[in-house]
Amino acid sequence: MGTALNPSYFIVLSAALFAIGLYGALSRKNAIAVLISIEIMLTAVNINLVAINKFLTPEAFIGQIFAIFVITVAAAEVGLGLAIIIAMFRSRHTVDLDDFDWMKW
Amino acid sequence: MVDFALTHAWLVPLLPALAFVIIVFLTRPYARLSSTVAIAAIFSSFVLAANIAYGVFTNPGFIEKPLVYSLRWFGMEGFTVDVGVMLDPTSAMMLFMVSMVATLIQIYSTGYMHGDPQYSVFFSYLSLFAASMLGLVISSNLLQMFILWELVGLCSFLLIGFYTFKVSAREAAKKAFITTRIGDFGMMLGLLFLQIVFGTLDLVGLAERVPNYEQFGISLGLLTLIAILLFIGPIGKSGQFPLHVWLPDAMEGPTPVSALIHAATMVVAGVYLVGRTLFLFAEVPGAAEVVAFIGAFTAIFAATIAITQREIKRILAYSTVSQLGYMMLALGVGSLSASMFHLWTHAFFKALMFLGAGSVLHALHDKADVWEMGGLIKKMPITGWTFVIGGLAIAGIPPFAGFWSKDEILLVTLEYAKHGHALGYLLFFFAAVTAFLTAFYMWRLIFLTFFGKEKPENHPHESPLSMTFPLVVLAVLAAVGGLVGTPWANVWGEWIHFGDVHHGDPNYALMILSVVLAVAGIGLAYRLYYQDEEKQLAKQLAERYQSLYKLSYNKYYVDELYAWFTRTVVDAGAKALYWFDIYVVDNIVNGLAGVTKLSGQGMRFLHTGKMQTYALVFFLALLVITVVLAYGNPTLAGSLGGVN
Repeated sequence: MGTALNPSYFIVLSAALFAIGLYGALSRKNAIAVLISIEIMLTAVNINLVAINKFLTPEAFIGQIFAIFVITVAAAEVGLGLAIIIAMFRSRHTVDLDDFDWMKW
Repeated sequence: MVDFALTHAWLVPLLPALAFVIIVFLTRPYARLSSTVAIAAIFSSFVLAANIAYGVFTNPGFIEKPLVYSLRWFGMEGFTVDVGVMLDPTSAMMLFMVSMVATLIQIYSTGYMHGDPQYSVFFSYLSLFAASMLGLVISSNLLQMFILWELVGLCSFLLIGFYTFKVSAREAAKKAFITTRIGDFGMMLGLLFLQIVFGTLDLVGLAERVPNYEQFGISLGLLTLIAILLFIGPIGKSGQFPLHVWLPDAMEGPTPVSALIHAATMVVAGVYLVGRTLFLFAEVPGAAEVVAFIGAFTAIFAATIAITQREIKRILAYSTVSQLGYMMLALGVGSLSASMFHLWTHAFFKALMFLGAGSVLHALHDKADVWEMGGLIKKMPITGWTFVIGGLAIAGIPPFAGFWSKDEILLVTLEYAKHGHALGYLLFFFAAVTAFLTAFYMWRLIFLTFFGKEKPENHPHESPLSMTFPLVVLAVLAAVGGLVGTPWANVWGEWIHFGDVHHGDPNYALMILSVVLAVAGIGLAYRLYYQDEEKQLAKQLAERYQSLYKLSYNKYYVDELYAWFTRTVVDAGAKALYWFDIYVVDNIVNGLAGVTKLSGQGMRFLHTGKMQTYALVFFLALLVITVVLAYGNPTLAGSLGGVN
């Protein structure tokens, strides 16, 4: 591995992606955009998993395997999430999260 | 037979208990059968008890080494409870006396209660009463004694309130129960202390441990407190001042019950308990003085009330209170034998007189005022003459039973005084004055009831054999029952004593004094209530000393004092507590509920229903938890790369 990349680069990148995703997930009004933001957060996690695995235990693949699990779960979750959003859109004709407040007391 | 009786002493209380069960569940509809079962059971107990008494008294070893056998009832770490039987001369004497008097009273009851719709119930209660008392007498430990002690109280409650249709009977039953419960509470505290300090309630175990109380880390002061707490029980049960108020009211029960309560069961239980725990009182002179003083005071106090009462059974009731005071006095000055001797003789003459009074009431259809009687001895010779024997016995005329036992108490009190207890002379003075008063009020009763002019409106008739037979037997016992304890041959003192055998030389001066007092009392009663046909002198005396007369006739207003105390102090305290409960306790509870409700209502608005708010809260909470864990836990902080 030619010039060793400093592990902190990955962590900083992942932290930045996570923060962006979190901000999006908490602030966007559009439900689809929230889903995309969650995907960004999951990606940040995956980068962490793979990078830290590479630096701590290069002989094992635990991190990579976990990353694949996360991708699988994320795919399933997005499929389900989209289905819910579409169902809600059909009944309410909106995907604006501010209108989804019927869990209130 | 004697060996069988000694090893099967537990049968003595069990047989009447069995009779109770049989009557309640099987023979209740059949009156005659019920009384037959009850009498058969108590008579079998009496036969057993007689054999036990024979076995115990012919074997002098029982005093130092009582026969004890017991079963483990339950046990846990550091606390075990046995049920057992303890046979020594004191308990053997009591078994014999109680079962004999109970048998006679039950025979008498067949006549007295004849035709009563509750006849069977009455006999079942009498059986249970006798069973409880006999069980109490042979108890080997104080807890067992306490249980049966409460059972005796229950039976007295049931029997005093036997005529449930009478308001006064119900009130009297409640009064008896509540008053004695006050005493029992003190006793219970005493028992708890004994168990905690000495780790046992076995009489034998306690008798060994109490003299070495210093090894158990308690002071004489605490031991005195324990003894006095324990003594509060007998104060209630044995009608000692100031808890005597229930006893005269207990007359509301049928007369055989009064006889049983006053002679053989309820009230003697208190004296017996103090007798059983005398090893404790012997250790603490302070507590013994309390016992002696309360006893002596009760004796004279009740006697001064008895001299003016009008109801025949009330006079006898105050007489019992007074005589029980004598017994306590004897225990207080440390003489078990004198006290138990008086208990023994008193049982005979007091049972005799109560049953005699019952016979009179039976004949006069429950007219109880002695001033409305007179000349009954002509129509009721057996009742009358047996009553006279009882009167001679209680007044202390030799050779009747009461003379010997009362003399013994006067003697031990005097010796107590001579051995450096200045208080003893006061006690002796009280006891001597009481002896005079006893003779006076008892013979006042006899002269008014049985002698003098007949009242034409009364049509008395002698009672049936079932009632006169017990009277005759008891009269014989009241006449000769004291001969076992004469100063010249004090067999009694050999049998029943505490510590070394004590033999006072015959004190002739004292004997003469007590006879003089008794004769003077009878003479005064003769002068006032017999010789003076119209009773003018007695009425004049009552007029002249009206305030004193009223004080005595109204029992020193103790009942009124209690009523006043209850109405003002207790009720005011209850009101204050009620206020505290309503306004303080309730407000605290309601306030807490209000705070919860309000905060809940406020918190409601935190629920926006928006997913993103919840997610933000979720994230912030995670952040807080992470920071707290990271800084709070050094190893975790290290693993997370945090600083510490």
